Amino acid sequence: MGASPRGLKFLSWASVLMFGVASYLALVYAPREAVMGDVQRVFYFHVSAGWVGGLAFLTAAVAGVGYLLRGRRSWDQVALSSVEIGIAFTFINIVTGSIWARPIWNTWWTWDPRLVTATVMLLLYAAYLLLRQGIDDPDRRARFGAVYAIVGFLSVPLTFLSIRIFRTIHPVVIGNNDPTAQGAFDMTPRMLQAFLFSLLTFTVIYLTLLWHRTRLQRLSEHVEERKLKLLGG
Amino acid sequence: MISVRQLVKNFGLKPVLRGLDLTVAEGEFVALVGPNGAGKTTLLRILATLSRASLGQVHIAGFELPAHAAEVRRRLGVVSHQPLLYGDLTAEENLRFYARLYDLSGVEGRVTEVLELVGLAARRRDLVRQFSRGMQQRLTIARAILHDPEVLLLDEPHTGLDQDASAMLDDALRQVAARGRTVVMTSHDLNRAADLASRIDILSRGRIAGSLPKAEIDLARLPEIYRAVTHA
Amino acid sequence: MPEPGAAPGVRGVRRARGTRAYLRAIGAIVWKDMAAEFRSRELLGAMLVFALLVVLIFNFALELDAAARATVTSGVLWVTFAFAGTLGLNRSMSVEKDRGCLDGLLLAPVDRSALFFGKAIGNLVFMLVVEAIVLPIYSLLYNVNLLLPGMLGAILLGSLGYVVVGTLLAAMAVQARTRDVLLPILLFPVILPVLVAAVKATTGFLQGLETADILPWIQLMVAFDVIFTAVAFMVFDFVVEE
Repeated sequence: MGASPRGLKFLSWASVLMFGVASYLALVYAPREAVMGDVQRVFYFHVSAGWVGGLAFLTAAVAGVGYLLRGRRSWDQVALSSVEIGIAFTFINIVTGSIWARPIWNTWWTWDPRLVTATVMLLLYAAYLLLRQGIDDPDRRARFGAVYAIVGFLSVPLTFLSIRIFRTIHPVVIGNNDPTAQGAFDMTPRMLQAFLFSLLTFTVIYLTLLWHRTRLQRLSEHVEERKLKLLGG
Repeated sequence: MISVRQLVKNFGLKPVLRGLDLTVAEGEFVALVGPNGAGKTTLLRILATLSRASLGQVHIAGFELPAHAAEVRRRLGVVSHQPLLYGDLTAEENLRFYARLYDLSGVEGRVTEVLELVGLAARRRDLVRQFSRGMQQRLTIARAILHDPEVLLLDEPHTGLDQDASAMLDDALRQVAARGRTVVMTSHDLNRAADLASRIDILSRGRIAGSLPKAEIDLARLPEIYRAVTHA
Repeated sequence: MPEPGAAPGVRGVRRARGTRAYLRAIGAIVWKDMAAEFRSRELLGAMLVFALLVVLIFNFALELDAAARATVTSGVLWVTFAFAGTLGLNRSMSVEKDRGCLDGLLLAPVDRSALFFGKAIGNLVFMLVVEAIVLPIYSLLYNVNLLLPGMLGAILLGSLGYVVVGTLLAAMAVQARTRDVLLPILLFPVILPVLVAAVKATTGFLQGLETADILPWIQLMVAFDVIFTAVAFMVFDFVVEE
């Protein structure tokens, strides 16, 4: 197993490039929002990070099902990688959300459905990693991880619903024409372009990182195998 | 009765059983001996349907594992070095529980029968928590034969027993085996194995390295042979 | 050669016997947990003392007047039940794991889900017993009538959701090295929706709100209970087998 495969190299370069373009679009190309000012630009990265956080969790759950049904280690490797990446992006989502919220609502934290759900997702991810850490047998570790990923993923929509029924002050971004709604804004075509490109970029970054991380796991297992053989297992 | 072919069991990347073959005919009493870490307990757990093989084929009483595990369990009795008993319940409550779990009819009669067989009828209403290790082990055997299984698997059942208790256990085992049951027992004690078993199989480094039928066993030379086989 | 009509009958009998064995196994496990607990009273004792302590601590920590208390009663109760519940869940599974009794259960020729339902029902009964004792005591101490039918129903639904997920996760937690600490960490993020719904529904009944206002919470709890009972049923095998 030598250097990265060509596909991965290409994706890595594409990620860097796209991120550069996305940043330009978000920070320069998109117009300054009338009410909120420049801080609104955080929104492009905030929502994209949130999107990746959710996508990562979905991937982990699906990989979990795959592992339980098929038993091949690659499913488990994808699940673990996805969770690790998901934590990072969910954290970015929450932090950028705070940065955005502060000037607008004069608070670092708002108890609204999306933010609370993101936090709960972060806690679920962390619990997943703690669960794996506490188990020595590799097969059991993978199996339990898979079960928890599935259970956790299923609980997220229900959590969202419960907080949504509880209270709402998060801005309704897409298509709400009521200018008096706190924190809401309409997206002009240029904003929409920046937004969609941002989503695409983050998705590509996610896939690249996923591939890298999974590959890293495979390599490390390879090393373990060699070590065991050498030590006369 | 038991047929194992090319059994492989890996824990993660570590191989424990490496292509093991084993055949046990009906009514045989096989003692499995071998050094620690050879895979005795792992093999027994796979036979007991508590663990799954990574590769290979296992057939018990004509049923294939793991596909027909439930059918196999009906015909299996298992004794491990953990008693599998609930300390807060009495001896008869423990047995009644397992009888119901196995969906047996005539529970009371059966419970009394096995208690008498292992010599614990007098202590049936005592809490298991108060039993000595030897008594617990006898009750465990009672539990294992409650559903009259064709195959009995024992994992180092003499662990922690004193001389008297061991002797009582051996008696119980001989009675149980005498009824034509197939028995597989792992053990550390070569002499005891030679005494009880109709065949000794030596497990070393994940495979059966040697097999000695009772007729061929010379007690004096047994330790020598064992050492030779396991250090080959 | 059996008559054409006999074949489905025979199959029916076999299926009925299988179902009967299944239910009998569940019953045996529930009875076993009840009997063992009745003898030692360790689990219930621990849960009860803990629950009452928490209620007491909340009283001093929150220092509320009668009016404010009405709004936080549900929250206090449910936090109490959630934490006392983890004690029960942990203990119930530890009993099986520590003496290797889990193997004894796994050796039974019955579907694994029977083990799950047996343990879950046992856990539910323990939780309901604790709730049944804490509620009247809370009522007396704080002069609040907590024994309203709607409220009891909400508490039942909430406890059910809690126990279903809790039993599944406890079965995993008890097999990890970090066993005691792990269960709350795994459990609380997952049961958040049912906890929120239970608190809101309980408050709704306490404050005598319109049924229409309380209904979304009841529906959420029912959805949660149904979904996770189904999921637990499907994955429990993977959690207990090797």
